[in-house]
Amino acid sequence: MINFSYTIWILILPFFMFLLLGLAGHKLFKAKLSGLLGTGGLGIITILSYITAYRYFFVTGKIEGAFQKITAVNITWLQFTDKLHIDMGVLLDPISVMMLVVITTVSLMVHIYSLGYMKGEKGFERFFSFLSLFSFSMLGLVLATNIFQMYIFWELVGVSSFLLIGFYYQKPSAVRASKKAFIVTRFADLGFLIGILILSFNTKTFDFITLTNPTGTAILQGTGIGFLGLSIMTWSMIFVFMGGVGKSAMFPFHIWLPDAMEGPTPVSALIHAATMVVAGVYLVARMFPIYAISAPVALHVVAYVGAFSSLFAAIIACTQTDIKRVLAYSTMSQIGMMMCALGVASYGGEEGLGYMASMFHLFTHAMFKALLFLGAGAIIHAVHSNYMTDMGGLRKYLPITHITFLIACLTIAGIPPFSAFFSKDEILTAAFHSNKILFGVEYAVAGLTAFYMFRLYFNIFWGKDTQYHHTPHEAPATMTIPLILLAIASLFTGFIPFNKLVTSDSKVLESGLEMMIAIPSVLIGLLGIGIAYVMYRKETSIPDRLATTFKYGYKWAYNKFYIDELYLFVTKKIIFRYIAQPVAWFDRHIVDGTMNAIATVTQVISFRIRGFQSGQLQKYAFVFITGVIMLAIFFIYLWK
Amino acid sequence: MDILSLFVVIPVLTITAILFLKDTRQVRLVSAFGMGLQLLMAALLVFLYLTARHAGNSDEMLFIRDYLWFKSLNIHYAVGVDGISVAMIALTSLVVFAGIFASWEVEFLRKEFFISLILLATGVFGFFISIDLFTMFLFYELAVIPMYLLIGIWGSGPKEYSAMKLTIMLMGGSALLLVGLLGIYFNSSPDATKLTFNILEISKVVIPLPAQRIFFPLTFLGFGVLGALFPFHTWSPDGHASAPTAVSMLHAGVLMKLGGYGAFRVAIFLMPEAAHELSWIFIILTSISVVYGAFGAIAQKDLKYINAYSSVSHCGLVLFAVLMMNQTAMNGAIIQMISHGLMTALFFALIGMLYGRTHTRLINEMGGLMKVIPFLSVCYVIAGLASLGLPGLSGFVAEMTIFVGAFQHHELFYRIVTIMAVSSIVITAVYILRVIAILLLGPTTNEHFEHLPDAKWFEKISVITLIGAVAAIGLVPFWLSTMIGTSLHPIINKILALNPF
Repeated sequence: MINFSYTIWILILPFFMFLLLGLAGHKLFKAKLSGLLGTGGLGIITILSYITAYRYFFVTGKIEGAFQKITAVNITWLQFTDKLHIDMGVLLDPISVMMLVVITTVSLMVHIYSLGYMKGEKGFERFFSFLSLFSFSMLGLVLATNIFQMYIFWELVGVSSFLLIGFYYQKPSAVRASKKAFIVTRFADLGFLIGILILSFNTKTFDFITLTNPTGTAILQGTGIGFLGLSIMTWSMIFVFMGGVGKSAMFPFHIWLPDAMEGPTPVSALIHAATMVVAGVYLVARMFPIYAISAPVALHVVAYVGAFSSLFAAIIACTQTDIKRVLAYSTMSQIGMMMCALGVASYGGEEGLGYMASMFHLFTHAMFKALLFLGAGAIIHAVHSNYMTDMGGLRKYLPITHITFLIACLTIAGIPPFSAFFSKDEILTAAFHSNKILFGVEYAVAGLTAFYMFRLYFNIFWGKDTQYHHTPHEAPATMTIPLILLAIASLFTGFIPFNKLVTSDSKVLESGLEMMIAIPSVLIGLLGIGIAYVMYRKETSIPDRLATTFKYGYKWAYNKFYIDELYLFVTKKIIFRYIAQPVAWFDRHIVDGTMNAIATVTQVISFRIRGFQSGQLQKYAFVFITGVIMLAIFFIYLWK
Repeated sequence: MDILSLFVVIPVLTITAILFLKDTRQVRLVSAFGMGLQLLMAALLVFLYLTARHAGNSDEMLFIRDYLWFKSLNIHYAVGVDGISVAMIALTSLVVFAGIFASWEVEFLRKEFFISLILLATGVFGFFISIDLFTMFLFYELAVIPMYLLIGIWGSGPKEYSAMKLTIMLMGGSALLLVGLLGIYFNSSPDATKLTFNILEISKVVIPLPAQRIFFPLTFLGFGVLGALFPFHTWSPDGHASAPTAVSMLHAGVLMKLGGYGAFRVAIFLMPEAAHELSWIFIILTSISVVYGAFGAIAQKDLKYINAYSSVSHCGLVLFAVLMMNQTAMNGAIIQMISHGLMTALFFALIGMLYGRTHTRLINEMGGLMKVIPFLSVCYVIAGLASLGLPGLSGFVAEMTIFVGAFQHHELFYRIVTIMAVSSIVITAVYILRVIAILLLGPTTNEHFEHLPDAKWFEKISVITLIGAVAAIGLVPFWLSTMIGTSLHPIINKILALNPF
């Protein structure tokens, strides 16, 4: 057995960087040095992660045909009861090691990119300290050995996301967006926490290895007793999934994600495209044996929520004009596909294809979506606008960005040999063998994806020749190098043999390209590209005509189906006006009013009766004598 | 001289020293010195306590001293501590220390202000070290009285009204409490030969159930009023809003904890049978406190009101957890008291500092302070994050211990109310973020605020002390949790003996 205890440094180092840059950054170092420090720290972590991945997959390798879960470090952090305790540690298994590679790679790219992108911004060191905090939390989340540790880091990524979205804290829209993101995900986390409470009440453990052991006893707890026709285990897993829905911006908790684009673009690339938003997928994958074996109904919920979100987001993405928002909806749509793939999978063997497809797509998606966002950042950097209506013909000015962006668009459209072709194909295959309706939805999403991505691409780089105030110029090397590296990753990550590395039961899964699925999926991708080409290659009136023909549909989609308005209605009207204000009023006027009333009554009565204590002797004597006479009469005449 | 009595003697000596000072500027130095010494003593006490425990001393209370004080009623001056009281003493000394620095710039009647403040602290320290019910009650009253003067004289707004209201409501609580305590006293000996006020001795006898049924609610309510139990919490918003900074800190940070501590140490420890039987009533009241307080906080406009309602919610959680009557939940209750004490003191300190600069506490009149006074603003954000239960800060540890503990209750009713209480974490996030967004973020709205000075050295001492403690508990909770956990064994054993579930 190889010793993996050094992996704890993967967590300690970024936390230390966060403290160093956050507490002393602006005093000790110049802005540039703190950026380099943060990047250098992350570089070391990246190297450590790669070493870990290599040692885990190829040196330790499989034992009895399957990758084992290795608890590298585990320290009791807080003891609740004899059996329930929060540990802090590092759990290595195929998915956590894979996530390690994803997070550190993208994070390193984003760090390097930010050196150029954020140059000269006020709060440069603050930005890097927050990035370190995020990297720390995200790594802690994926390496968690138990569900409570995951929850802790889950909250921490939430807060780092809050801090980074609100990085430009003087901009009211950014403040609103960060607040919204935090509260919406917090509400979802409430579900997660309740899920954990119910789960741990039944199983008496937080530990992932015990919980997800497919042959263990924990997994069977609470499967019998029912509430509203579903077992307790199913309820707890649905609640846990609620947390994932929030973090991964699935319907109906997706509303925070488009607004989160108010944050600096590198942040969108790192947090809101590649890493944090896939935490929900990771959560379901982490608990997958429970979903598949003990709570299949909950798994169906996962599948349908995922599929619906992917379609819903793809439709909205076709109508948006802010390029970052298009990408945000595209992220939501792709994550929906991953969720759907997980939902159609089951544990072990051939049936576990969806699980592997989902993880595969998570991996490729992280690379090409980060690339898309970083490319978008370079474009925004050049033209100082987020709206594609302000762009056009940029291919002449931004050659590197153009090529890399094109590669990313081809990747997401599922064109071979780019990476997402392979992963998306696996997802469609898994869906096809399990549920034809979901397959139909995902197939349509694949076409829509190709369409809206190329709508974006043609609008930015081709289309009308916009006149710019300043001639746009290509970004500096710190920004283009990450683009190139990620483009290379998008080209080649499709050839990683995921079926041998990351599968539901950690054993080899035999799967290959199924031509019956692959060919139609490429065709619909090409069809989407073709339509986009006709509509947007040159400036035409087709889009406007279409928009007027389907006026209502277009308007609904453009306004994101009015979910935001619903959210505003619930928070502003219902919670604030109909709950909080009445509570405050009730407290001041009824509860406190009662207390004041008691005081007033006491005071009034005391005013009334204080005449008795007048201090005048004659009065006392008068009362005294009257009393005596009355008593005498009473005793003499009336007392029998 | 025993170490525990020093906790009362040092403040008294400090007060005496202040009395003889001519120069009022030295008053605060002497106070800071006295309370700094007290803080060191608290650290020493924690150390001594842990050493003694480590050496295998498994007595229920350590450092016990007992002096007969009033023979005919068998009243003793008896002191002793376990892990819980040690933790509370540490909390008190931290908050008092920070409070002294937060009131560094009090000008009006400075000498009298510090005397009252330290007198208040004396009462609180005395309360936590006592193991004799009568002495405990005495110190309790000693803590309440200076509060009246502090709010009535140095307060702001409708200070006379608030001071009066607070004192009378707390006195009403004391009246109930006194009846409860006397009830315990007269039932403290099965054959009525040797009645006692000593908690340890009373805990060895079983008070007859009919008596418990009468005196448990009285005692619990009596302490509950101080712990802001719904619907007896309304002194808290008014009182806090009118009180000067340090008094708010001490009051919300420490004095409200006397309620939780007393409810736990007296009401539940001595009368577990009745507690078990009647807990559902108070569970309902406390769950209302938790959710209702949080909702109440959303709609407030005054920073101090927001915090007062937030305290109602958080202190409701303390009593809620105490009533769950199992090891984990009670452990959580104690941690929550400490955590809330620290962070609410931090909040009130910061509010005081903001008020000193902007001369308003209405959030609508402020905005964009982050740019102007970054140090204070960042501290405010940290306090807010602690309050909404961010992992790594103390609030998370406390709340999660409570929730997990409460959810282990074997009856479904208790698990359902736990879920209700859990939902408060979202509401808390709403009001905290609302304040942060309006107050600190966004563009600076008022040009008068553009040249506000950031924190001065004494303000930094005050704030950093508290933040350090909040972060320490949040990052390494196990030592505190274990220290409290071991001290909970006697009470847990008592409950288990009565109701082995």
